[in-house]
Amino acid sequence: MTESARAPEQRGALDLAGLRRRRWTGDLAFRAILSALTVAITVVLGLMMIESFISASPVYQKFGIIGFVTGSEWAPSFTIYGAWPFIYGTLVTSFLGLLIAVPISVLIALLLTDLAPARLRGPLGIAVDLLAAVPSVVYGLWGLLVLVPAMRPLEQGIAGTLGRVVPFFGPPTPGSSYFAAGVILAIMIVPIVSAVTREVFASTPRIQREAVLALGGTRWDVARTVTLPIGRAGLLAAVVLGLGRAIGETIAVTLVIGNSDNIGKSIFSPGFTLASVIANEFNEATETLHPEALIALGTVLLVVSVIVNAVAIGIRNRFTGGSRSGF
Amino acid sequence: MTIRSVRQKVTASPAPNEAEAVAIQVPVGEPSASAAGGAALGDVAITVRDLSAWYGARRVIRDVSMDIRSNAITAIIGPSGSGKSTLLRCLDRMHEVVPGARSSGKVAYQGVDIYDPEIEPAAVRRTIGMVFQQPNPFPTMSIYDNVAAPARFNGLVKGKAAQDELVERCLRQAALWDEVRDKLGHGGTSLSGGQQQRLCIARTLALQPKVLLMDEPCSALDPVATLQIEQLMSNLKSEYTIVIVTHNMQQASRVSDITAFFNMGPDRAGYLVELDDTRTLFTNPKNQLTEDYVSGRFG
Ligand SMILES: Nc1ncnc2c1ncn2[C@@H]1O[C@H](COP(=O)(O)OP(=O)(O)OP(=O)(O)O)[C@@H](O)[C@H]1O
Ligand SMILES: [Mg+2]
Repeated sequence: MTESARAPEQRGALDLAGLRRRRWTGDLAFRAILSALTVAITVVLGLMMIESFISASPVYQKFGIIGFVTGSEWAPSFTIYGAWPFIYGTLVTSFLGLLIAVPISVLIALLLTDLAPARLRGPLGIAVDLLAAVPSVVYGLWGLLVLVPAMRPLEQGIAGTLGRVVPFFGPPTPGSSYFAAGVILAIMIVPIVSAVTREVFASTPRIQREAVLALGGTRWDVARTVTLPIGRAGLLAAVVLGLGRAIGETIAVTLVIGNSDNIGKSIFSPGFTLASVIANEFNEATETLHPEALIALGTVLLVVSVIVNAVAIGIRNRFTGGSRSGF
Repeated sequence: MTIRSVRQKVTASPAPNEAEAVAIQVPVGEPSASAAGGAALGDVAITVRDLSAWYGARRVIRDVSMDIRSNAITAIIGPSGSGKSTLLRCLDRMHEVVPGARSSGKVAYQGVDIYDPEIEPAAVRRTIGMVFQQPNPFPTMSIYDNVAAPARFNGLVKGKAAQDELVERCLRQAALWDEVRDKLGHGGTSLSGGQQQRLCIARTLALQPKVLLMDEPCSALDPVATLQIEQLMSNLKSEYTIVIVTHNMQQASRVSDITAFFNMGPDRAGYLVELDDTRTLFTNPKNQLTEDYVSGRFG
């Protein structure tokens, strides 16, 4: 075979090799950046954990980690520190907030994508976005001055009926309470949850929606058979975002939860959450071990957030068969 | 006035922008001379008059007037982008669900204006069923539920047995039953592209409409399945009014009774060039553009 006959073949081979190498380096760079970011985030999180763990170590030495987390008494003047009242408060208010906010957010998202007439969608969307822009201290004050008094009749109604049978809904109803905090949290997380849910729902393929309509289906059929089932994994992501915000929210909750160190038996009792007790007590933490105990609460808050997120990701992966990674 | 006389107008004024140039003024109910020359065709089922359609500011079909006969297969042919799918969507009021899309002109089914404000779009779509150009089975539903869906939307059947029967019948008609009978519970998107296309045909049949609009229903099918679908269309002709968009000239000439040729004007809006019974349109077209297109010289 002559040289010239072989040349094109060689050039072809070289081109192929070049192509392969270029793609490979691009891939590698992208992967390296992602890995570096992942490592960096993990390292920062780990350092925070270690640092706060060391600062609070006298508390763990005195009560033990389990003893501190499950201890249901918090009495700084007697140097008794248990985190459970605040873990309880955080869980109760966050889940109450989600319970109220998620159905409302899903409805808003469905209105914006499927159900509402086109000309109402713009104003409704803007209104919801504005809710997200309100600073949380404003929510707190509004909750304290307007919402808490306004909800009294409702609370008394529930406490007087359901509360007679189920102590969790029992009287008294002083106003500031887990319930008030949950409602404020609900109002605060509706914008973020509905905004993310709307994005998820809006990304439903057009041809799927059209399939329902072309088969004589209504807008409600579109929501029921296409938007909700296709969007459920994304909806869970939105719920996790909302939950994260609810768990960490501080100012608004502090203003309406009543700030009590004891576990309230009823949802209408005053209480505390992890975030709000830290914010409320840290400046005046003069008792023995009090600052250390509050730092330990911070660690617990971090762990609770991580656990809640992990559970939510687990649920989502079961829905999607784990095929999608990351939000 | 007959299609034949319109042809002279078309050739006399080739500019598609003039509305009357392509207006085919066939009086409702009176079979046109050339169409009557073919097989015994039914009455006019759908009347289209001066139909134009826009996406945003862009007009994509211009002043289309045509009659669609019942118990016949009308084929719509034309180059890509000439507005065939858009026309089909205007016939069952699916065009308006695209944001910013609008249409003008008149579309009547059995003499009833389907754009009358009193008329529910859902009722129009129940009567005039459509199979989309891209297969769009519901991804979260099983094969069975996909076919049962229209019955559920519209409360068409009562009881599990009747529903089973409907699902089987429609899957058989769409030539899919043998391939899926053992996996009716599997997801609709687990099927191949061609199987999904037939699933969507079965789903539209389950709607039990009066008119079937099919947008390139065989584009992803092998010759055997294509033949089965064509067979199906011929079988359904006695009960349905069928409109099919196709890029396949052989298919149009094989299955259709009437063929409409669409082209894009200089303003890139589609318009109806010629409509005639299929044999005439393919063997003896009156418009030079049609002749060029069906003989493969452009498009
Ligand atoms: N959803 C849409 N939004 C904006 N423009 C559109 C949309 N759908 C179609 N068009 C435009 O309208 C014109 C006609 O499109 P249409 O789908 O009706 O053509 P067609 O004849 O069916 O083509 P094909 O043979 O490729 O399917 C095209 O120029 C297309 O770009
Ligand atoms: Mg098309």
